[in-house]
Amino acid sequence: MTYILIFISAVFVNNIVLSQFLGVCPFLGVSKKVETALGMAGAVAFVMTIATIFTFIIQKSVLEPLNITYLQTISFILIIAALVQMVEIILKKICPALYQALGVFLRLITTNCAVLGVAIMVIQKDMDLVSSVVFAISTAIGFGLALILFAGIREQLNLLNLPKAMKGIPAALLTAGLLAMAFMGFAGIVK
Amino acid sequence: MLNGIIKENPVFVLLLGMCPTLGTTSSAVNGLGMGLATTFVLISANVVVSLLKNIIPDKVRIPAFIVVIATFVTLVEMVMQAYIPALYDSLGLFIPLIVVNCIVLGRAEAFAAKNTVGKSFFDGLGMGLGFTMALTLLGSVRELLGTGKIFSFTIFPENYGMLLFVLAPGAFIALAYLILIFNKLKKA
Repeated sequence: MTYILIFISAVFVNNIVLSQFLGVCPFLGVSKKVETALGMAGAVAFVMTIATIFTFIIQKSVLEPLNITYLQTISFILIIAALVQMVEIILKKICPALYQALGVFLRLITTNCAVLGVAIMVIQKDMDLVSSVVFAISTAIGFGLALILFAGIREQLNLLNLPKAMKGIPAALLTAGLLAMAFMGFAGIVK
Repeated sequence: MLNGIIKENPVFVLLLGMCPTLGTTSSAVNGLGMGLATTFVLISANVVVSLLKNIIPDKVRIPAFIVVIATFVTLVEMVMQAYIPALYDSLGLFIPLIVVNCIVLGRAEAFAAKNTVGKSFFDGLGMGLGFTMALTLLGSVRELLGTGKIFSFTIFPENYGMLLFVLAPGAFIALAYLILIFNKLKKA
């Protein structure tokens, strides 16, 4: 039962992008076409889940017992960086087309605040391993949902005739704001 | 150095560092605090990376930079927790997230790795000040429109404020208009 609550909370009520402001850079950068958005969402989901598992294990079995939790930031980010490198190598071999499509953004998943954010959040919320994994997957789905919705809208926005200063990012941000408002409607679903 | 403040302002022009920009600007003082913390990390990381640039092998340079940055972030985290716990609590998760702030890694890679210590110092300072300015500005706008106060000084009564601006959507909307104004000013 709690897992469903975690899922709904992470995907809708506290959507990582639209209400927690994590993962905004790729959100604005990769959302121009729906296919790239899908690819990015998939890559982030994969990295996020595995990163959470690894960082969780390191936290519980190394950092806490040895009382060096202040090394949390450093060790977490190194784990994530290593993982992304691995994903890059695997992707290049298995699906070079997707690798090309994602381009520089794949490397940027390392600096994706959402991945590090989720890793730290599960520790702060004192979740157990299974809840953490559910949380990570749900957050990734929430991220993907926001990203794909946004990409769809942006594809349409590009066809409009906007005042010059408004074109591009300002229009995108306003849309994101409206999307965020829409998602606020979910508040109160989960007690 | 002045580049970072207007012409290449990381937030309004380069559009980097969006996460903390949106996430920590619910009030002017939060924006200012975050900006200053990030500036400290920017300058320190730039200086150290510039000092070590000839020693770090090229293949491991990104992880090496990340470790340098992470060290300074941990430092800032600890100092903040000890001396300004109120700010530490309100900035919360975003303090360790300075480590993945694209501005910091970006400047280390694009500038500090190829320039002298002195220039790197000023580059970090410029970018940091530009970032701080942007964050404080956005924070002030959101705080003013949302609660009628700036830095906790009441300008108009809270009842006239639009609560939306202190919340998530307001951040996107306020930033959108600020970038819009910035774009217009640049053209003029």
